[in-house]
Formats: sequence, C-alpha cells, structure tokens
Amino acid sequence: MPTWLTIEEYRTLTAVCERLIPADQTPGAAEAGVPDYIDGLLGAFSFDPPRIWAGGSFSGRHGGQPGFARFHRLAALDELAWRTRIEGSLGRPEREFNGVVVGLQERYREGLAALGPDFCDCDPDEQDLRLRSLATFTQLVYDHSCEGMYGAPEYGGNRDAVAWSGIGFAGDVEPRGWTDHEVSEA
Amino acid sequence: MDRPRGIGGVTVDAIIVGSGPGGSTVADILTAAGWSVVIFEKGRNHLIDLEHPHRLADDFSNDEIKFTNRHFLGPDPFLEPRTFRTGPEDGDHSFVGDVNSIPSTVGGGGTHADGKVPRFREEDFGLLSTYGPQPGASVADWPLTYADLEPFYANVERRIGVSGDAAANPLAAWRSGPYPMPPGPSMYGAVLSTAAAETLGYHPYPAPGATNSVPYDGRPPCNNCGFCAFFGCPIHAKGDPVAMLQRALMTGNAEIRPETFVSRIRTDGRRATGVGFIGPDGVERSMDARYVVVAGGAVETPRLLLLSGFDHPLIGRHLMVHFQTIAAGGFADLRFHAERGRAVTHLHDDAVVPDDASRKAATQAGLPWMRGGIVEHGGPGLPILEAKLYRWGPTHKENMRRSPLRDRLWAFTMQGEDLPVATNRIDLDPTVRDVRGFPVARYTYKPHQHELAASAHHGPRMAAILEAMGAEWTSVATSPGSVEGPGGRASVDAPMSRHVMGTVRMGEDPATSVADSNGCLHQLSNVVIADSSVFVTSSGYGPTLTLAALAARFATAMVS
Repeated sequence: MPTWLTIEEYRTLTAVCERLIPADQTPGAAEAGVPDYIDGLLGAFSFDPPRIWAGGSFSGRHGGQPGFARFHRLAALDELAWRTRIEGSLGRPEREFNGVVVGLQERYREGLAALGPDFCDCDPDEQDLRLRSLATFTQLVYDHSCEGMYGAPEYGGNRDAVAWSGIGFAGDVEPRGWTDHEVSEA
Repeated sequence: MDRPRGIGGVTVDAIIVGSGPGGSTVADILTAAGWSVVIFEKGRNHLIDLEHPHRLADDFSNDEIKFTNRHFLGPDPFLEPRTFRTGPEDGDHSFVGDVNSIPSTVGGGGTHADGKVPRFREEDFGLLSTYGPQPGASVADWPLTYADLEPFYANVERRIGVSGDAAANPLAAWRSGPYPMPPGPSMYGAVLSTAAAETLGYHPYPAPGATNSVPYDGRPPCNNCGFCAFFGCPIHAKGDPVAMLQRALMTGNAEIRPETFVSRIRTDGRRATGVGFIGPDGVERSMDARYVVVAGGAVETPRLLLLSGFDHPLIGRHLMVHFQTIAAGGFADLRFHAERGRAVTHLHDDAVVPDDASRKAATQAGLPWMRGGIVEHGGPGLPILEAKLYRWGPTHKENMRRSPLRDRLWAFTMQGEDLPVATNRIDLDPTVRDVRGFPVARYTYKPHQHELAASAHHGPRMAAILEAMGAEWTSVATSPGSVEGPGGRASVDAPMSRHVMGTVRMGEDPATSVADSNGCLHQLSNVVIADSSVFVTSSGYGPTLTLAALAARFATAMVS
C-alpha cells in the first residue's frame, strides 16, 4: 500500500517510472522500488521521525552497526522547510515569507492526473508522447527516479541495492572503505 | 570549570560568529590562552557531542540523497536563500535560491570539503608590486607577506593535521618544515593523468590534504570511501575543523550554540559590546563580549556587518570567486573508479605562474599580465549525479552501465584567480528575506576580462593533457559561463566554485580597506574578521588554509 498516493496514482506513477528507467537485462525503476521512494518522500511526514534524512554512520552492508534506517529527527525550521516543500505553503504566513510555494504533493497529484486515467493501458509510444508533452513534470519525476534508483535502499528505492549491483557500484562502503591498492590500481 | 555564560550580566571574552575553519581556529587559540568563548553557529550540530566533546557524532554517512539532494549540511535554500544578478541591468535579482552556498552547520565549510589545503605562493601577497595593476580591477598588495604568515601556515597545518610531501611541488612557496603526515594513496586516474602531465612538462604533486593518512590527534586515517567532496566524513578522518573545535571544547572554556543566528553586532558607537541573536526557540536575546569575531564566510560576514548598520562603503565589495575551467575527457577503454579515494589526490600549479605562452596570450588579450590557478586532477564518482545527466528512456540503463560521464571520464578543474573588482559585491537583497525575516545576501557578480582570457588560454592546455592520456574526446566548460552569450547580451550564471573571498578587504588605509592587518575593523577595533572576507586578492589556490592561518595570526594578536 502506498503511503501518500492513491492506489490509482501509485499505479500510474509506477508506469511512468518504468518508462523513464525501463528494465532490460537488469531490473528497471518499477522492480527497483522507485515509486516507493517517491511515495515515501511525498508521505515523509507519515513517519516519526519523518523520512527525510537517513541516519549514520553506516548501513551495515560493509560492516559496522547499521544506522541508516534510523532517520534523523528534524529541528523546527527543517520541519518547516520540508513540510513546505512537500505540502506547499497552503496559505500559511510562516511558509510564505518569500511568496507562495507549490508543494510536491500538488505537483504529483496534478501531473499524474494530466497523464490521463488510461496512461497505464496505453502502448509505450503513446506513454512517451504524453510524458514529452508534460516535460516539466516528467523532469521532476526523472530527477526523483534517479535518486530513488541509485540512492540508499533505506529511502525505499534501489531495493536490495539492485541498481548499484546492476552498474557495478559498491554503494556506501564505510566502515570498510577501499584499500590503498584498490584506490591506485586499475 | 564552569561553562561560560554570557547572559545575565556576565561578559565573555570573545563571541565567535561561525564555527567553520576560521572561527574554529580562533576558538582553539583563545581557549588555550584561557579566554572564555561562545561560538554561535546558525546551522545544526552533526559533528561533535557538545557535552562530551571527546565523542564525535555518528550523523555523517555515505548517502548521496541526504548530502547532495536534501541539504543535510545546509543551508536549506528555502529557509536561507541567496539572490544573484550580473549587474543592475538584471533588476533586483535574476535568480533566487542556492547560490554557491557553503555548509551552514557546526564545522562550516570544513565538513564538506574534500580537504585540499595548499598554501599560497610568495607573490600572492604582493600582486601589485610583482605584476602591476590591471585596468578595471583593484589589484593591491596584502598588508602582510608570506614570510609573516609562514609560521601560522605551519601552525594550522599541525592543528588541522595536513598530509603532503614537502619535496613534491617545485612551484610551492618555501616551508619551515615538513607536513605533519605523508600523503595518502594516489587515485588510479591521477596515476595516469599525472604521468601524462609530466610528459608535457607540467609538475603534478600529491595534493596537501586535511585528511589523515595515518592516525592523528586521536582520529583514524582516511579509508578512501570516496564520499568526500560535499559529504561529511563518517569516520572523522577530516581534521578541518573538528580537531580545533574538539580541543577548544575540551578546555572547558568554550561553548557552541548551534541553530543560533546572530542578527546584529551591538556597539556603543566606539566599540562593539556584543551581539544580538535568535536561538532555536525563535526568541531574540543579546550577549556581551569584549571581542566579537566574525567568521561567517565571505558572504554571510559582510551580510552581518550590513545588517548591523555598519557603513564603510567598501563592505561587501571586491567579492571574488574562483573562475572554474573544467576540461573533461572520455576514455572508452578505461574505468577510473573515482568513487575510491579522496575526490582529488593530485594538483599541478603550473598555470599559477606566468610563462612565455601565457604572457603572450595576455598581450593578445590586451592585458598587462594573466594568471590561472591550481589544476585539480579528478573524476566524478557517484551515480545519482551521473544518472541525471543522461536522457530518460530505453538508453538510460545502458548509459549507466557503460558510464561515459562517470567511470570513463577524467577531468581537470582549474580554480582560476579572480581579480578584485569593486562592482562585484555582496549587499542586502531589497525584497527577499530569510525565514527569520532578515534580508538575504545578494551577489552582484561578473568576471573580469582577465579570468576569461586566462580560461581561454589554459582550457585547451588541460584538454591536451587528457589527449596525451588517450582521451577519445575532450570538452572544456567554465563556471560562470562566458559573458559572450549567443544573443549578444551577457549571460553569466552564478559561479559554482565554493571559494568565495574578498568583501571585507584588509589593508592599512581605512579609505581603501575595511579591516587592518590584524583583521580588526578600522571603525571598531574589537571586531575581528577571521575568514576569507579579508583576502585582498584571490590567488589561484583554495582559500581554506590561508584563511585559517590568518585566523591564527589574528587570534594570536588578540591574546598577546
């Protein structure tokens, strides 16, 4: 179940992400969990602490005590910034000191609706045509898809580090790091 | 020992605004001399346990989302935007948001730097007497020489913990002693690019690094994790400035107040009496002090002076930002794995020193002289940044696997000297506010002809090294972009370099400078500027070690 999107929106978003980063011999954005990364950002404040900044110092994938899944608590100003970024300014004066802010939730809700209720059932060419006609929204989803695909799995995407292994990238490597030999040799 | 508390009638010896390399160096020296110090930092603390300073925090991590996409080190451009324009012809501003922000967090810019800390050369302190003036620029000598600063360079290299090889760079200024640590391992790409550079007559050398290569000061050596530039170090192998802050706190004479914004310096007309500040609870308070040390960086420092109503006409002027020239090369048969190592392990300084070719290029450009800057040997290592460069669709994953713009790319970045120009400045934006309601800093900036000509001269030479390395293709870009826009009208982006300098110029004459050679404002002698704001000229070297050495000199003068 998605955290913030409706089931229908989540289905459309999954189809969008899979067009942006399609599967080939390795999994694409849908299988890698990229829609969960985006839904997790839109619904970050459904969790306590909110899922904005994963913890440190280590993930446990290369030794050490796993800490990434323990998200940071937000200071009051950071909560203001991230709520405004996600929810929009909603007419609240404390969020509008430099003007109105359209939030990510609204941009996703409107963008996904504009792709049409039949987007999931369209053929890939038609899907790409619609994505190109909504270039600003598509760029937003693509930027987030790149983060979800190649960021730490604790944020919901890159499930089981599948995108990292697909490109031969080790991901976070502390506290193991790299030996001098691994740094200096081919 | 009691913690100093400046509230309730107690006057602390010094308030330090900003906990980056400059403020931390001052805190280290003042507290060692027994002074009571309160450090105000507007950002959060993710560096150090403030109650038990022998413990370092476990908040930093190898996390590309948190650090480079979600503003973990601050400032958040929504809470604290900056504005930019090339000149009054752009109106109040042409951009609002993140303008080359340096971290706003305990530790400041030191936390995110990959820690290259070269010294300047001797002539960097006397450009006017060495090379002469430049039309349209305020080239001047510093009010101190390299020889004056050398003991402080050596001092801060030991305080921070710097690794390097004193014999490796024939173009380096003289030194009174070796580096405290040997250099760390060379990145594979740098092994190849330094060999290519040497065949063309350049003099590459291991970059002096503020990262431990051996255990130092109770902190471990760097283990080459690769999440270095723009990331906090998860194992605290970067000494700048955590070593100084830790030592200052351990004396019991220092207190750090994070999430606390200093909104004005209070004065009685002749001297500063303290500061007004807003803490995490949003309440305005004040604190008295004998000295106020301002170390907010070359953007926030002049902003605070202006917010305080200080009226010297040169405050904010002569803003300098290194002009970056980036030559990139693609290599079909190589994989550089630049995610292993300290982002940049090698430099060469040949472009800093004029030679016959650059003198000829200067003459052709109508300039009396021309200098470039350090050239960094490096490659991109991280995949989110890379992924966003490729087109979406069926080619995306094949591009990511082949990795033409990350794993098969090697690059040189020249941090070109930026001449001081009076119209390049920081002032207060007339309309945009920060979350606390204060006017934000506005950049007004465009490069001088010197930077453009030096870039045009050195860019192709860097590309030629990549070709000698075997690059299939090369390309040269600059930041800011060229002012010769296709539409005729100047189109200059905000500079990307985080090397921001000038804005509270140092000199002996109060008519042509704001601060004296001890960093004290001419108008208020107990206000000391301890960051790169006081730089008279920019040199072509990263500013961190020089600003820390200046801060050490200023703090030593305060306690003697």
